[in-house]
Amino acid sequence: MTPSNEPPPAIRARGLRKTYGEVVALDGLDLDVPDGTVLALLGPNGAGKTTAVSILTTLLSADGGEGTVAGVDVLAEPGRVRERIGLSGQFAAVDEVLTGRENLQMIGRLYGMTRRAARRRATELLERFSLTEAGDRPVKGYSGGMRRRLDLAGALVAEPPVLFLDEPTTGLDPRSRNELWGVIRELVADGTTLLLTTQYLEEADQLADDIVVIDKGRAIARGTADDLKASLGRSRVEVVLADSAEADAVAAVLAAHGAADAEVDIGPERRRLSVQVDDGVAALSGVLGELRATDIELRDVGLRRPTLDDVFLTLTGSATEPTDTPEVAA
Amino acid sequence: MSAVTDILVIANRNVIKIRRVPEVLIFVLLSPIMFVLLFAYVFGNSIDIQGSSYREFLIAGIFAQTVMFGGTFTGAGIAEDMQKGIIDRFRSLPMSRSAVLTGRTLSDVIYNVMSVVIMSLTGLLVGWRIRGSILDALAGYLLLLVFAYAISWIMAYLALLVPSPEVINNASFMVIFPLTFVANTFVPAESLPGPLKTFAEWNPVSSVTQASRELFGNIPPGTPEPTAWPLQNATLYTLIWVVVIIGIFAPLAIRRYAQPR
Ligand SMILES: Nc1ncnc2c1ncn2[C@@H]1O[C@H](COP(=O)(O)OP(=O)(O)O)[C@@H](O)[C@H]1O
Ligand SMILES: [Mg+2]
Repeated sequence: MTPSNEPPPAIRARGLRKTYGEVVALDGLDLDVPDGTVLALLGPNGAGKTTAVSILTTLLSADGGEGTVAGVDVLAEPGRVRERIGLSGQFAAVDEVLTGRENLQMIGRLYGMTRRAARRRATELLERFSLTEAGDRPVKGYSGGMRRRLDLAGALVAEPPVLFLDEPTTGLDPRSRNELWGVIRELVADGTTLLLTTQYLEEADQLADDIVVIDKGRAIARGTADDLKASLGRSRVEVVLADSAEADAVAAVLAAHGAADAEVDIGPERRRLSVQVDDGVAALSGVLGELRATDIELRDVGLRRPTLDDVFLTLTGSATEPTDTPEVAA
Repeated sequence: MSAVTDILVIANRNVIKIRRVPEVLIFVLLSPIMFVLLFAYVFGNSIDIQGSSYREFLIAGIFAQTVMFGGTFTGAGIAEDMQKGIIDRFRSLPMSRSAVLTGRTLSDVIYNVMSVVIMSLTGLLVGWRIRGSILDALAGYLLLLVFAYAISWIMAYLALLVPSPEVINNASFMVIFPLTFVANTFVPAESLPGPLKTFAEWNPVSSVTQASRELFGNIPPGTPEPTAWPLQNATLYTLIWVVVIIGIFAPLAIRRYAQPR
């Protein structure tokens, strides 16, 4: 062990590589997740998020690099790693024929709990994830959000110190997503270390202490959510006009409230204008106040938060691949 | 010790599924009934077996064919678990590396027990009888089940290689049909032409059929001894296949399951 006062990170990866034939899924990925913190791995479809999670949870072998989880080498001692982790994969891996309770009890038994301990833990988790009422019904009848919660509960059965959640809210409606965020926040407050993958900047912002943006298997940016937003994608104030003749007047107002180095973007029909701003709320109310004093007719006005697309646009100069999942409601 | 618990937990899960998904059960039970009735009534009068009724001859063949198909349930079940990510969840747990496959193959024996029982009842209806001792008959059933167990390890391995229930179904039909037809299941091996006859004589489906006929007392006195060694020593030859199949496919499948890909 290295003589150091700092505890080793709960998750550490160095130079992870994985190729599938011609496809390079991971191209030298480094990660550090300090004990008790949350790291979001943010990237579009195909960026390599699932591959990274699968290697660190011992499901997949790496072609190069190394990883440790809770101080245990992933490649050398996969069995000991499995005793210390909980995984909720990209698609809820719950047995549809079993009831929610049976799913959790089965996992508890497989973690080596006694029958009684597994039963007690299942009851606790059903309660905690608001599944008590549905707990004795087969999972087949559960909604997507309920399945997700059950899958997450499954990852927590043995109270593992390190948790991996692969796109926990993809495909959920905004309400279920908010519920799940609440649950995840509670978990983290209890000191669990979490590696979370997501396609949504909003989600990373809500949940993570640190964010690593990955694209084509490599990290292209890292920092706190605030760092990233400040440097990469500031919020924009956007105005939609009824009459394109007023575009120039509005552009002047926007420029006055925009960030010092920002240019006003005027859409192709000269009716949709936007500008990056430093302080979203102040800028929005300033713009609204000035425009109200005129008689310019507005169709819409709003604060648009930076999305993963904005981040990518800034970082790589190209937009993300279109995804088949709905954009998160901000 | 904990490996045994893991196997029991997995087997218990599969038993719950057997109870709750009656559609599968209906298929498991109906197809042997259909086969017995079809063969007994369609071919029953046109195929002549020396010194015996065709129905008496036929039942052991249908037993063998049905337990071969029983393995398909193992394959399809594992393929489905792979597709749904359930296998990956198990693989991420600190549990025995062989328990998921062992628990599955063991619990699938239940399917085969049920279909053997149903076939026997249908057989009794169409005139089949156990004419040997009860002990021999039990040995016959046991041999069929052990043979079926070996087949389900082959299917388990295939399902881990190609995790698609559809592909597993189609592939196993393409293998199982020729294997069960180029055999002594539905006609005597001796009546097949040249190379097919040799194949049939060495085909383990023939030996398990032959052994069942012997153990159920379905070979009437005066029937000429088979000429090929595997059929003369049908039980032994079948058991050798069982040991070889399990010895090869269980380690292959478990390694495939356990190894990170
Ligand atoms: N089993 C596989 N065979 C071939 N290519 C794969 C396989 N799994 C992933 N890939 C490829 O590796 C890249 C990264 O995939 P993945 O880690 O699943 O990305 P993400 O989870 O970020 O969407 C993608 O280009 C994907 O097509
Ligand atoms: Mg993924």
